[in-house]
Amino acid sequence: MMSATTSQSVQRESWDGDTAASGRLLQPGLDVTHGQILYLDDISVSFDGFRALNRLSLSIAVGELRCIIGPNGAGKTTMMDVITGKTRADSGSAFFGQTINLAQHSEAEIAQLGIGRKFQKPTVFEAMTVQENLELALAGPRSVWASLRARLTGQQRDRIDELLTLIRLGEQRQRLAGLLSHGQKQWLEIGMLLAQEPQLLLLDEPVAGMTDAETEKTAELLLTLKGRHSLMVVEHDMDFIASIAGKVTVLAEGAVLAEGSLQQVQADERVIEVYLGR
Amino acid sequence: MQSALSLRLAHRIGPLPLKLAGAAALAVLLAMPALHLWTDPASSLHVSAYTLTLVGKILCYAIVALAMDLVWGYTGLLSLGHGLFFALGGYGMGMYLMRAIGHDGNYQSDLPDFMVFLDWKTLPWFWQGSEHLAWALCLAVGVPGLLALVFGWLAFRSRIKGVYFSIMTQALTYAAMLLFFRNETGFGGNNGFTDFKRILGYGIAEPATRATLFLLTVLLLVAALAAGFWLVNSKFGRILTAIRDAESRLMFCGYNPLYYKLFIWVASAMLCGLAGALYVPQVGIINPGEMSPANSIEIAIWVAVGGRGSLIGPVLGAGFINAAKSWFTVAFPEYWLFFLGALFIATTLFLPRGLLGLLRRHKENA
Repeated sequence: MMSATTSQSVQRESWDGDTAASGRLLQPGLDVTHGQILYLDDISVSFDGFRALNRLSLSIAVGELRCIIGPNGAGKTTMMDVITGKTRADSGSAFFGQTINLAQHSEAEIAQLGIGRKFQKPTVFEAMTVQENLELALAGPRSVWASLRARLTGQQRDRIDELLTLIRLGEQRQRLAGLLSHGQKQWLEIGMLLAQEPQLLLLDEPVAGMTDAETEKTAELLLTLKGRHSLMVVEHDMDFIASIAGKVTVLAEGAVLAEGSLQQVQADERVIEVYLGR
Repeated sequence: MQSALSLRLAHRIGPLPLKLAGAAALAVLLAMPALHLWTDPASSLHVSAYTLTLVGKILCYAIVALAMDLVWGYTGLLSLGHGLFFALGGYGMGMYLMRAIGHDGNYQSDLPDFMVFLDWKTLPWFWQGSEHLAWALCLAVGVPGLLALVFGWLAFRSRIKGVYFSIMTQALTYAAMLLFFRNETGFGGNNGFTDFKRILGYGIAEPATRATLFLLTVLLLVAALAAGFWLVNSKFGRILTAIRDAESRLMFCGYNPLYYKLFIWVASAMLCGLAGALYVPQVGIINPGEMSPANSIEIAIWVAVGGRGSLIGPVLGAGFINAAKSWFTVAFPEYWLFFLGALFIATTLFLPRGLLGLLRRHKENA
């Protein structure tokens, strides 16, 4: 599986239980002294009078795998848009680590700072091969000049091989990404996220359209990532969530409705109410 | 998705037959100026001045089509104003050619005839230095480049894309045409520049001058193709297709599409300018009609018919359509635009990969 020598891999023990130990920096510039990698505080977003997010506050701990559930229109995708710079919050603040104010950065900058995002609909570069997709996503300089002179180093090749094994697409490396199955595209997109070596991964419905076997393998994959990366997963598939989740956050009408283990939130009266309708 | 894939397939057309055909075409093109210069005009091998000029003109169009394809076929930015960059390059060269007329104009003045006609006493400031070919070439490349830089920066930074971008480029070339139609703008109004006499002291209509300009055009086309191949096969080229196919994915990979778009957009405009600079001495005229929106739309049609997303396709498209045009406008002048429109519709319906896609399909069936 993935080697433990990637730049952001810090021993898992550091965050399990002992938050003080996670005071070390994950990467220069990212300050996680309080053990939280993402803080959303009192965020509101409106579109033409519709309140997509209503004073939402949420935080994610370093190395955590957090599941977000909620009925349609609860604001899950809008929340990811705010974190990744696609949508600007009307009020409230979003911080990456202690010091980086996400509102001050563009989408591309936020990606470079270490937040990777998988879209709801799998989005890969269909006219390129699987390997070329990963090459493009590999961490490294992003300037025009660098792209004109880019040559793959041996180290980068190894990294691509490693990722291909991890996402189980080793056999497909020379295939055009547009010819992959839906589930394989989902994996490729996850592989591209990992190639960026992000600290925080946002996954919007990673198992939508996958077969049961594929879903199971994706759960395994996410569990191996937990600890090395912080993950935020939006899903509707409750069995999948049960197989990966530690903590679950329920969103409804743009705000946090409940938070806790899956059993706890499933037993919560208010959660049952928003899901079963009024 | 289908279109992205088919573009990729068009790009991967069988290399060997294509290379052979390309080599043969290049050999013919290189032989043409020699046949013009050194064969007896009565001989069946002789290439007339008319043919040489016509082919030279079409080669200039082919370079423009190639430049257009880099921004449209590869990057997905449909420009309907590329004729403007071409015309500006032509005007840059035209300024030099007007100055090179010297005292041989109708009014035997130091100033170009149209300025005498307007009763101007001195050269406008922007004409300073235009008596030097080197400076005129700098203008021919630099002005389209600068205009593209400013326009592109504003448009791409505001994330204008799709049909809005196309409409704005169309408006830009239209506005420039109206500006150049005015006499006061200082570029000869609706007559533009013509009646050139010489270039670097050589008579503009002499066979050797024609042959040299033709050869330079062939060289520029070959150099542009080579640079294009290198560019689209580099990581940079893959980023361009990524912008075309999934721009937001690319942004969330940490790339800022702005600089990539700007780079290829400006490079494309400069290449058009250079093509325009070679076009004007060969055809002997430049006027604001070159900036008309219809001209720019025609450029897009060359690329679509030839096959966008491949470098050879647009060159074939420009060659095929302009060859057809020069025959049609003699045989049935009033039906040319109907034919062009029908061709475009037929291409869109039946040949999404253009002529190049047709060649490929033929090969698959064989």
